[in-house]
Amino acid sequence: MEDNNIFVQDLCKRFDGFLLDHVSFRVPKGRIVGFIGENGAGKSTTIHLILNELKRDGGQIRLFGRENTDPCVREDIGVVFDECCFHDVFNPSDIEKILSGVYRSWDSGLYRQYLKKFGIPERKPIGSFSRGMKMELSIICAMAHRPKLLILDEATAGLDPVVRDEMLDLFLEFIQDEECSVFLSSHITSDIQKVADYVILIHQGRIIFEEQKDDLIYHFGIVRCGKEKFASISPDDYLIHRVTNVSVECLVRDREAVRRKYRDIVVDNATLEDIMLFYVRGGAA
Amino acid sequence: MEIIISNSSEKPIYEQICIQIKNLIMNGTLSAGEALPSMRVLARDLHISVITVQRAYEDLTRDGFIETVSGKGSFVAAQNREFIREEQLRAAEELLQKAAEIGRAHGIGYEQMANILKLFYEE
Repeated sequence: MEDNNIFVQDLCKRFDGFLLDHVSFRVPKGRIVGFIGENGAGKSTTIHLILNELKRDGGQIRLFGRENTDPCVREDIGVVFDECCFHDVFNPSDIEKILSGVYRSWDSGLYRQYLKKFGIPERKPIGSFSRGMKMELSIICAMAHRPKLLILDEATAGLDPVVRDEMLDLFLEFIQDEECSVFLSSHITSDIQKVADYVILIHQGRIIFEEQKDDLIYHFGIVRCGKEKFASISPDDYLIHRVTNVSVECLVRDREAVRRKYRDIVVDNATLEDIMLFYVRGGAA
Repeated sequence: MEIIISNSSEKPIYEQICIQIKNLIMNGTLSAGEALPSMRVLARDLHISVITVQRAYEDLTRDGFIETVSGKGSFVAAQNREFIREEQLRAAEELLQKAAEIGRAHGIGYEQMANILKLFYEE
């Protein structure tokens, strides 16, 4: 039994000026996995490789235990990109006619139910929709053929907090079935901080970490102290540090241990965003 | 079942869930044999990740408060509430005894100590 809906091992892809370098990670069944990183880190490239829309230079990609090049896997995947890919002149009812011919498992009842839930009119042209409605429609379409895996590439970007929250509801609803998982790439780390089970950080084409989200937000911390104090902190106790004009800040893996070991320093909780910034910007203040 | 989690609390969310469910069991709101919401449903309702809920349920199972039957879900374990209370009381006594020893040895008066305890209770 394969326990992962996505299994990626040593994935490589070289473009002019960019290298996806031995990327490995997994998306287990029944989980929501957040994929974070700055623009250009390699998130979309990885997703296009998973979807077999780009040819990989090396490595292995398995979906539901099968090669990702196997045409059968497409039926079980729902994909949403950051742009709505339906033409403006169509209405949601037209979209249904098209997609029900594409997917064998298209569920009209479910599609209608979701349209109703999000208040999306069936007979209005998509051109008249707001960005939020377009994204909702894209996600509804991705879910209406009852896939086992939902892949979203920056799908929540540019949406207002209410719509983003409704989407998170949908994802949590989606994984009520333990066979299903969501792979969510975003640079909006707060969404991922809410619902993700695992977080993967990619930076300059390399995976920096793949961790349980709870471990990240409950154990990682940020230390702030003066330069003199910093000299007394053992390099083993922090991961990255950066020097500002007024203080030194370090990212630590176990904030409780650091609190116990050193007195008179500030140890703050770290959000996913803090952690990402530390890794991405490194020593730069 | 009511569960209220705080995002600004220093206590991790799984611990908050764990404490509140223990509370509901100890005060009788949840009775033995009663089904708890599935981990996925609770995660959805609280808007948190499944692993967080899973961790809370694992801790509750470890401490004997709930039982998980695979394929059926989690249930409040049949157990003696009196016995648990007794056990917890003993644990608290031990800690208070330690506090009293520290107080006596360092001239911290009973009044002051009692006030501290009161403060913690009201937190």
